[in-house]
Amino acid sequence: MVPALIPDFVPAWIFLLALGLFLYVLLDGFDLGVGILYGFARDPQARSLIMNSIAPIWDGNETWLVLSGLALYAAFPLAFAIILPAVYFPVLVMLLALVFRGVAFEFRYKDAPHRTFWDHAFSYGSTIATFAQGIVIGSYIQGYQVEAGRFAGTSLDCFTPFSIFTGFALLFGYGLIGAGWLILKTEGALQEWARRMGRRALIGVLIAIAVVSAWTPLLDRDIEQRWFTWPDIAIFIPVPILTVVLAYWAWRALARPSSDLSPFLAGIGLFVLSYSGIAISLWPMIVPHHYSMWQAASAPSTQVFLLVGTLFLLPIILMYSGWSYWVFRGKVRADIGYH
Amino acid sequence: MNASALILSRLQFAWVIAWHILLPAFTVGLASYIAVLEILCITRRREVYLALSNFWTKLLAVSFGMGVVSGIIMPFQFGTNWSRFSYATANIISPLMSYEVLMAFFLESAFLGVLLFGRKLVPGWMHLIAALAVAGGTLLSSFWILATNSWMQTPAGYQLVNGRFFPTNWLAIIFNPSFPYRLAHTVVAFYITTAFVVLAVAAHYVRRGRFEAEGRTMMKMALGLLTILVPVQIELGDMHGLNTLEYQPAKLAAIEAHWDTGRRIPLILFAIPDDAHATNHDEIAIPDLGSLILTHDPNGLVRGLKDWPRDERPPVAFPFFGFRIMVGLGVLMLALIAWSWWVRLKGRLFSSTVFLRACEFAAPIGFLAVIAGWTTTEVGRQPWTVYGLMRTADSVSPSLTGIDVALSFAGYAIVYLIMYPVGIRHMIRLVQRGPAAPVTEPDAIESGHPGRPIGALQPADVRGAPGPEMR
Repeated sequence: MVPALIPDFVPAWIFLLALGLFLYVLLDGFDLGVGILYGFARDPQARSLIMNSIAPIWDGNETWLVLSGLALYAAFPLAFAIILPAVYFPVLVMLLALVFRGVAFEFRYKDAPHRTFWDHAFSYGSTIATFAQGIVIGSYIQGYQVEAGRFAGTSLDCFTPFSIFTGFALLFGYGLIGAGWLILKTEGALQEWARRMGRRALIGVLIAIAVVSAWTPLLDRDIEQRWFTWPDIAIFIPVPILTVVLAYWAWRALARPSSDLSPFLAGIGLFVLSYSGIAISLWPMIVPHHYSMWQAASAPSTQVFLLVGTLFLLPIILMYSGWSYWVFRGKVRADIGYH
Repeated sequence: MNASALILSRLQFAWVIAWHILLPAFTVGLASYIAVLEILCITRRREVYLALSNFWTKLLAVSFGMGVVSGIIMPFQFGTNWSRFSYATANIISPLMSYEVLMAFFLESAFLGVLLFGRKLVPGWMHLIAALAVAGGTLLSSFWILATNSWMQTPAGYQLVNGRFFPTNWLAIIFNPSFPYRLAHTVVAFYITTAFVVLAVAAHYVRRGRFEAEGRTMMKMALGLLTILVPVQIELGDMHGLNTLEYQPAKLAAIEAHWDTGRRIPLILFAIPDDAHATNHDEIAIPDLGSLILTHDPNGLVRGLKDWPRDERPPVAFPFFGFRIMVGLGVLMLALIAWSWWVRLKGRLFSSTVFLRACEFAAPIGFLAVIAGWTTTEVGRQPWTVYGLMRTADSVSPSLTGIDVALSFAGYAIVYLIMYPVGIRHMIRLVQRGPAAPVTEPDAIESGHPGRPIGALQPADVRGAPGPEMR
């Protein structure tokens, strides 16, 4: 093999994986967030509307989870084979919680005698799945014990004070964009309530961002150097500054009923910044401390074969997914959905 | 390697995939059936097709939701429990699985929402396109996942370097030797499974004298399809068997519980296979018929299991009995079809209570055959994950302990034992309620009102006895 003649497809896959993961976090993030908030809504009529606001789109959103998992497998199989066993229990708990929450959409309406049970399945399922995802993120930032290309720790290593904190942090994060979605999709008293919940979530998010930003450099010398040495500090300083600006905008949008869309957008903005913050901290490693994205990459033939189809199919997917959102645009109606 | 983690991981995988496969077995056929009904809605413009389409769409919603959530679990099993297999095969199978998501999952999920909730929001032809997209999505999904599975059974187009597989020819990988047969056999099995459910529901209505028009339409459609597909399936199964004989002879020997290589071998109808002593007990067999069926020649040579070392033989009882259960159910299906033509010629298709009852009892027959067939082919692949090249024992994640997997297996067991009974009970209840469309739809929609946001709700709406969610 003459390496010079083979174009490098890794950057394309880094971009696609990052895009897929971000779309998952954003899309399933807001509908998991809606599920978390559902637990705090008392009025049965409001609950129906809250659920119906995501009923037609949740399974499309969840498909991005499968795509991201498989993109990681396809493009960076070494990372897939190390990370997944390392987060065995959080992934298990997330999957089981997603099962409960997914079937609750249908069963809540059709299993009236056990409605309370399925209400809990929906809200606790969403909450637990989110918490488990937060643990995955936190333990991923900390890194895993690896020997000879295999995860060499135990299945309980991923539970650390830091990962449990990021678990809680993600609850507030998804809650914030979930509230943003509800503000966009509802009116009147329910919208007012969503704004109130959004403000509470925002406070949690800001505390979490501050704590994680202070905690991660302490975990790891490399991360500290990345953020606090010249000239990197000059390149990355916009991230915290923009975070402060967005936090202010999010607060104003939630406090003063002006635009129905801006709380959602501000929430997404905070997610983009947190997400890029993690990427900046870890770059270019995909298995932190052990393997870079280039070291973990799959065979070039595999990357090309899938890249061709992905570049063709992804725009089409985005188009018809967008269309299915468009069909259900506007304020949520009581008569469209499960009944 | 941890022995209990291995065996528990295998049991866990068998558990989650066996439950999962029941749903595609139903939804692949059902999505196509709904698409056909939607076409008939537009071309024939008869009320009955609309009622049936709406009715089955409700059942599709329940089964598809369960299929999505149980399906999301599957690719994660590869990573959590089978990481060494995943790493070794990633270059080959990961794009196939990814293409399933890109081509099928997104298509299904985006258009399912429109199919389920969009009839009032989009024009009729667009609703039809949604139905076709969902049906097409389920077929594309079958294509890619069976390509993946077939490659594990009959690997091709690869190069093995330092224990990892590298692609050399993508067409050979996708269209590996067993794939066309497996795809045809499985998709036809799924269609048959759905058709028997439709037939059973129809027979139930006809026998009870409820929804008779709908029941008769469904019975005729289901029996028409089954009359073609059941014989076709038997032929496809035979072709698949010959393919297995060529590419996976040890699996075929296990299916036949056939230990010694030879010509003019008997067809064993029943036996208790004994792996430890490499022999059968209580054997009932027909002389020479084994060679005739397997090689289409009474003098044909068939290899026996003793040709392979002991540690390369599958556990015989599973493929042996799984195969016999599948074939036995196939014979029952054929008998029921023949019976249907007998009563039809006597003009008693809709009045023979015994026949209608038999149709009702046949509701699960396709599911049972699918599980039996799947067990035959998957256990028959053992002790390999990639046939002849990578052992199941070398595929499991090295970090797992027996306790880890016991806990996760218990979790999956509990969740599935809640989800499936509830889901099945819902579907039975929907069937009991029947396909009659409600005479009066809720006012807000019929009047063309653009919607009813929460702010516009009147107190009466909130407290009114049949609230929107009680309908």
